[in-house]
Amino acid sequence: MAARRHWWASVLSLAATLMLAVVPLPDAIAPLRPDWVAVVLLYWSLMAPRHFSLLTAFWMGIALDTLSGALLGQNALALLVVVYLAEKFHLRLRVFPVSQLAITVLLLLGLYEFILFWVDGMADRTVPLIERWLPPFTGTLVWLAMYVLFDHRERAAPARL
Amino acid sequence: MAGPGRTAGGFGRSGFSAGARFLLLAVVCVALMILDSREQHLVRVRQALTVVVSPVRVLVDLPFRTWYSMRDTFATRDALITENQQFRRERLTTEGRLQRLAALEAENARLRELLDSTARVGSRALVAEILAVDPDPYQRFSLNRGFVDGVFVGQALIDAQGVVGQVVTVGPFTSEALLITDADSAVPVTVNRNGLRTIAYGTGDSQRLRLQVTNNAPIEEGDLLISSGLGGVFPQGYPVGRVIEVRLRPKQSFAEIFAEPMAALDRDREVLLVWDDDTDGESDPEEAAAASVADGQ
Repeated sequence: MAARRHWWASVLSLAATLMLAVVPLPDAIAPLRPDWVAVVLLYWSLMAPRHFSLLTAFWMGIALDTLSGALLGQNALALLVVVYLAEKFHLRLRVFPVSQLAITVLLLLGLYEFILFWVDGMADRTVPLIERWLPPFTGTLVWLAMYVLFDHRERAAPARL
Repeated sequence: MAGPGRTAGGFGRSGFSAGARFLLLAVVCVALMILDSREQHLVRVRQALTVVVSPVRVLVDLPFRTWYSMRDTFATRDALITENQQFRRERLTTEGRLQRLAALEAENARLRELLDSTARVGSRALVAEILAVDPDPYQRFSLNRGFVDGVFVGQALIDAQGVVGQVVTVGPFTSEALLITDADSAVPVTVNRNGLRTIAYGTGDSQRLRLQVTNNAPIEEGDLLISSGLGGVFPQGYPVGRVIEVRLRPKQSFAEIFAEPMAALDRDREVLLVWDDDTDGESDPEEAAAASVADGQ
């Protein structure tokens, strides 16, 4: 029963994440929009690895590509790389204090944006640079907020790993 | 990749297979990107995916739609009266301009006959609502019309002031369009004052278009740019932008010229889809009139 409820919660949270990623924002704060999908997937892959599989990251990326009109596979590739790295190193990362964890997240989000930027460059698409370097910072802040808000349960039961 | 390997040893059997799965999916992504960057290869796939993700679009749009309709429902009587008066005034001026336009159109047809050139066909238009979905960082948007309404890829979009963009993906009930200010967009234009032909490129900034013309070309600030109809995507004669900055670069052969789009790209909630032929002449007279007013500017 609990597992089933969990499954629904996951699907709903992923759908909500996608909605956040495309909800219109006023022009003034649009460049600050965090990469919601990357942030949420990173949160899960660092805190509860194998909660979502790489395949989830792939499909979320494809959905995001379809919604945003990006090259099909662009966000998917960036998400795959970031989630893969996070899952690979989560055991090491989990022993980090919060500050270092936040820096790691910032670096991973930076890598995510860099991959998007790089693919845009390869495909001859131009995106204003301002839309590329701010999201990792706001994303890290959102990640920290999620960490503070939701992480009591996970912290209380570290023995599970 | 020594590091990951060692970690994998630490966390057991799934380590290698995760790597393999990652590689496989990454290869799929790269293949998709290569196919997608060559036009037309993945049109069907994108169409199907658009249908799959359309619930997300509709859900995101819902609160905005509800808010607008609530605002309309609970608008005060005073506000409605003021708005009504304003519309009446606008209608009067528009109709005044239309009278002159009828005469001009007749004259134009006569002159074209004299010149033995084909007459311009009237265009049909359909109002489409822009879904409140913001696909950052590209200058794109979604519409609530799809191929069941006859929308096709490459169709031009205009608003009351000028050219807005073109349709790039069509689903059954929604479609996606590219604004003329997207960095991938290019609109063939002529300078209205003297007929100089050039191309207006998007810059990724919704307030700016970039033109490339030679340093000695006759173009100056305030010039109106009209779509030239070359290239076959955008119908001829719609206002595209107004030149706001001419930066001559004597050392290079091309000057850098910026124009501001005429259409209210960041404020529109509704746009007109334009069919340039009148093959199925089922056209709403009012919409057609609106389209030809924009035409005559």
